Order: sequence, then structure tokens, then C-alpha cells
Amino acid sequence: MWEKKPVLLLVLATGAILVGTIITMVLPFAWVNTEADRIEGVKPYTALQQEGRDLYIREGCNNCHTQTVRPLVSDVLRYGEYSKSGEFVYDRPFLWGSKRTGPDLARLGGKYPDSWHYKHMESPRSMVPRTNMPDYGWLSANLLDPQMIQRKMETLDFPYTADEIASLEGKNEMDAIVAYLQKLGSDIPWRESAQTEIVGDLVNPYAGVDHGTLETWEELYSQNCSACHGEHMEGVIGPALIGEDYDEDVLFEIIYTGIADGGMPSFSSLGTDKVWKLVNFIKYYNQDENH
Amino acid sequence: MESQNYNYAIVRSFVVWSVVWGLVAVLVGVIVSFQMIDPDLNFPPYLTFGRLRPIHTNAGIYGWGVGVIFATFFYIVQRLCKVPLWSDKLAKFQLWFFNATIIASAVTLLMGYTTSKEYHEMEWPIDLMIIILWVAFAINIIMTIFKRKEEQMYISLWYMMAAIIGVAILFVTNSAAVPVSLFKSYSAYAGTNDANVHWWFGHNAVAMALTAPPLAMFYYFLPKSTGVPIYSHRLSIVAFWSLIFMYLWTGAHHLLWTPVPDWVQTLAMGFSVMLIAPSWGSVFNGYLSMNGQWHQMRENYLVKYLILGITFYGLQTLQGPMQAVRTFSAFIHYTDWVPAHIHMGTMGWVSMIAFASIYFLIPRIYGREVYSIPLANLQFWLILIGQLIWSISLWVAGVLQAGMWNAMNSDGSLTYTFMETMVEMYPYWWARAFGGLVYLLGLVIFIYNLYMTIGKGRPVITQNAAVAAEGGA
Repeated sequence: MWEKKPVLLLVLATGAILVGTIITMVLPFAWVNTEADRIEGVKPYTALQQEGRDLYIREGCNNCHTQTVRPLVSDVLRYGEYSKSGEFVYDRPFLWGSKRTGPDLARLGGKYPDSWHYKHMESPRSMVPRTNMPDYGWLSANLLDPQMIQRKMETLDFPYTADEIASLEGKNEMDAIVAYLQKLGSDIPWRESAQTEIVGDLVNPYAGVDHGTLETWEELYSQNCSACHGEHMEGVIGPALIGEDYDEDVLFEIIYTGIADGGMPSFSSLGTDKVWKLVNFIKYYNQDENH
Repeated sequence: MESQNYNYAIVRSFVVWSVVWGLVAVLVGVIVSFQMIDPDLNFPPYLTFGRLRPIHTNAGIYGWGVGVIFATFFYIVQRLCKVPLWSDKLAKFQLWFFNATIIASAVTLLMGYTTSKEYHEMEWPIDLMIIILWVAFAINIIMTIFKRKEEQMYISLWYMMAAIIGVAILFVTNSAAVPVSLFKSYSAYAGTNDANVHWWFGHNAVAMALTAPPLAMFYYFLPKSTGVPIYSHRLSIVAFWSLIFMYLWTGAHHLLWTPVPDWVQTLAMGFSVMLIAPSWGSVFNGYLSMNGQWHQMRENYLVKYLILGITFYGLQTLQGPMQAVRTFSAFIHYTDWVPAHIHMGTMGWVSMIAFASIYFLIPRIYGREVYSIPLANLQFWLILIGQLIWSISLWVAGVLQAGMWNAMNSDGSLTYTFMETMVEMYPYWWARAFGGLVYLLGLVIFIYNLYMTIGKGRPVITQNAAVAAEGGA
């Protein structure tokens, strides 16, 4: 019958389409972004951060970077605490992405110091030699438009002050995007709770290793450390490591757990074995020879 | 002969313009595939991967895909209803507005005006243009159906009508936004809600724009090409209604393990697996229609395109549900496996059907025989091999990268840093770019063949006799 009656077919097709739509798309609004998933401490973006977010959108960063950490072992170890619904209430649009050509950025905020981001955005390959990320140094040449940003804040109904808008004068697009990256995922104090506590005595398994063996660990150093501490430990963003005289266990702890306030990320995801190799490399490689 | 009254001019125009935008889509695709290998090929601010990739996807979907839908539907609806198009003027307006919309999309995306929502990146003024375009199209198709002379509506018309309604509901809902300026708006939904609404759109745009319409084409052009009817009418009824009912539940399979409520994810997973049935209903209906006709695979290049197309549809709708299962998604999601899946659908399924449809239409709308069937065969092998290189290399890459992301040391730490896994992708990205080039070559041969047909093809002498022999449906 419906094969001969187009109106009936249109009505039935609309009905068929609406059932799944209402149940899986409309119904979740009853739970999502309500008291049910609210998280204390999640704040709206500041004017500078919001502008950075809009620039992240403009440049299509979401084509290569995701912003959701899944509750899976490898995701949590690599990126940090898994993402929660309440953390995204101020995100218009969502930026979870669908492809990790580059790493997930949901927990990037606070991982590195600002200077790391400026340098990395300017020339990603100077920090990560074989990356395929394009250079974004040109963002520094574009000044922000405070009036437009104020309009955006009003549209979004986010709180702002006149001083805050005035302070945008003279800032550029790079400042905004770095401010945004530093906010990502930092509304919940996950870093503190994820901090690994080292129990028991730390015993260097490679004590007294010879220079030839140390040399094979240089690759490990250049992949993980040289971007900030320099190819020859001379110091770049991070301090020079030559001449430092930390005890082995202190050095291990710094690398393993990081220094939250000092901009040193935790490298616990490398595992104890690789961290011990780095401890030995940093402490002893430069002692016997000049490099 | 009534065919004299049919509006074939509009079909010709949409064929030509859809092919133009198809070439743009593939060309930009090849460019961005090289940008992924060498970042020095990015030329900021306009020609960067981040801005070009949406142009590739949107030119493919809205320019090539929707362009072919407009072309074939305008042809099919007139033939199946045995009446001319309801309004030639509206169709003409639609043609010009279509090109204006695609050009406006490309320019604004290059300028960086984007909502960032995948396959829906264009900002609100262009969303409005797309809605106007779709309404014009819907009115013309539905009014033509209303005044049809053939009482029974053939399968293709069901899929057309479902697609028209489905796309309208999806697109309008996902477009909702609050403008700040002419080129910037904020989504009406926030965070997790926005994600769920968006992938309800994203997945069902695939259903309503890239599944239902190619099925409408397949159900029409396969019997037309082979000369034998579809195997089972009953099977096509069951497949149609279950397909359009089940698809809408599955959007959240793009969001497995994200903060979207678990029960939404579970429903999406379950319905995705169930979708194998209606999808394969159409695949089997196609295969069984070939009973006693398989020799045509050798003799009739149109059949070759159509059967390979429906085969990739079958593979796509097995692989898709597999990826929609939580455990497998946990492993493979976010890797290069996913673009490989998408491209089997677009380059294999949708485009194979589109090429066959256009080859079928050419003699009928231009009155000229296709210039070279050997070239059409060469094109077939180039796009088939190009697509297989493309997809297989990235499936391998995806499994490799997923394995490295998940690899762990005995102390529970990760074996590889992110960069150690990324650099392993380069050889596969080279292979993918090469596959894209082979596909592009096939497309260029297609365009050459079309150009020569229009300019130099032999006139079709027996057109009326052929049309009469084929019957109305």
C-alpha cells in the first residue's frame, strides 16, 4: 500500500528515522551537562583561552589531535586521567576529534612550561625531530582583536572583566593558543592524584656500567630529554645537566615523577628500566670524556 | 516517444559539475596525503593540512557525492514516474546555487572559517545555503513523484524519499548555532551533548547521503544494465525499512569509551552489529539478481563497476560493525585504520556506483555512445587498484600503530613513546599517497573519456528502440 502512496511513505520513513533519534540523541540531554555529571572546579575559559580555542578550531588542529582520554590502561598511562563528561560543559563545539595523527591533548595543560609550547609551535621539528606537524610561528605576527573577543565572551555568556579585555591589547595569536593549551584538562587536580609514590630503597641496577654501554642509551636521551636540556646537556628551556651532582635516587625521582611546579613532566610511562638508563646516562656519560 | 519531454539538460549539467568537484576532492586529497609525509609542503596560512583536509572531505561529500545524487535522481525520478521534472526553473536555480555553495564553502574553509565539526565544517551562512539547496531539490523530486503516471513506486524512489527526509532532519539539527559574526558561530550544544548530536549526524549523513542514494542508484542501474530484474522485491522491502530504522541508533559507535553515557554507546554497538542484516540484504539481492548473468561481468563493464561497488558495500558493512564493538574499537580507534575504512566506502562503494551510473547515463542524455570502452575498463582497474593500495596500506599501518600504542613492558610501563609509533607510519603514508595518485590517474582517464564522448562519440542511432526495449521502469 505504502508503495503507491508517497505521503504515507514519507510519514512512515520519518517515523522510522525519529525513533532511534529520540532515544539515542534527544534523551541523553536529560543526564548530560546537568547536576548528574557536574564537576566542581570546572571553569569557563578566560578571554585569552577562549580566543586560543577559536584559533585551534580555525587552524583545524582537531584534524590531527584528539581531546578525550579513554578509560583504557594504555590511554591513561600515556596521557593521564581519563576524560569525564563534566569537564566539557563549556566546550562549544566539542573538540574530541577522531584521529590521533599527533598525540591526544586532553591533559596537555601544565605538562610543559609555556616556553616549551612557544618553541614547539614555532618549529615542531626543533623539539621533535621527525614529527610531521607544520610550523605555526606565523601566529605570532597576528595581533588579537579585543573587541571581537569581548563579543565572543558575551555570546558565550562567560564571565570577563574590562581589565581582562584591555590586557589582550598587544597580545598575539600565539599567546592565545598557548594559553588555551595550558588550560586543557587542568580543571580537575588529576596530576596530584596521579603522582607516583616511590616506596622502598632505590637501587641503581646499572651501577658501574661502562662507557660503551652508556653510549647506546644516547638515543633514549635525545628522544626524551634533549629538546629541553640540549643535545649535550647544555640546557635550553630546562636547566643544564652538566655539572649537576644529584644523587642517583634523587635524579631517578625527578625523572620518574617530574617537578609539577618547575615544568618538568613525569616520565613514569617510560618504565623504571628506561628511567634508570637515563639516570646513568645523565650522571656518568659526560664524566670520563668530553662531548 | 515521451522521452523527448524529459529534462535531460539538467542531468547533463549536474553530471559535468559533480565530476569537476570530484576532481577537486581527489586532487586536494592527494595534496594533503603528501603534506602528512612532509610538513614543508604546508604553506600557511591558507594551504595547511588543517585547512585543506576539510576541503577534501566536503568537496568529496557535497560536491562529488551530492552532485551525483542530484544528477542521477533527476534522471531516475523522471523515468520511474514517466513524467518530466516538476519544475525545470527550480532545477536550474538548484544547479547554479549548488555551484555557488560549493565555491563559497571552499573559499571560506581556506580562510579558516570553520565550525570544526567533521563533515559539517562550513559556517552558518553556508549551512543556510545548503538547506535552501536541499529544500529546492526535495520539492522538485517529491512533486514529480506526486504527479507520476506510474502508480507503483519502484525501490529507488523509496530510498530517495528516505534520504531527502533523513538528510534534512540531520543537517538542520546539527547546524543549530549562535552566530557571533558572519563567519563565526558557537554550537547550540555543549561538550558531551555536542559530541553525541554531532556523531548522530556524522554517522547518519553516511547513511542518508552515502548509503541510501547509492542504493537507489544500484537498484535502478543494475537491472537496467543487466536486463534482468532485481531478485527479490520482498527482500528489498525488508532491507529498506530495517536499514532506515536501525541506522539512527548507531552514531555513538564513533564515541565508544568517551564520556557519552554508557547505555548510548551500548545501544550504538548493538544496532551497528544488527545493521549487517539489512546491509547484506541489499548485497545479496544484488548478487542473486546476477543468477545466470555472471558472464556479464566479463562482457559488460557497467556490471563490473556495479558488482564491485556492492561488494565493497558488503565489506564496508562488515568492517564497520566490527569497529563498532567496544573491544575492537579500544584497539583500532584513532589510528590510520579508520581513514582506510572510510576510503573503502567512498572510493570503492560510492564512487564505483557513481561511475557506473554516469557511464550508463551518457549515451542516454548526450545521444552519443561512450567514446572508449577499453578506457572505461582501464579506469576500472586503476581506481580499484588505487583504492586497494590506499586502504590496505593504512589497515596495516593502523594495526601496527595500535599494537605499539598498547605494547607494555613487564613492569606495566609503555614500551613506546608516541613519536616512536608515529615515525613507523611514514612508509605506509607513502604507499597511501601512491594509491591516491593511481586513483587520480583513473579519474583523469574517466574525465578524458567523458570529454571525448561529448565531443567525438558516435551518435546513438538506436536510442528509441533501446529505450522501448528497456521498458519504463
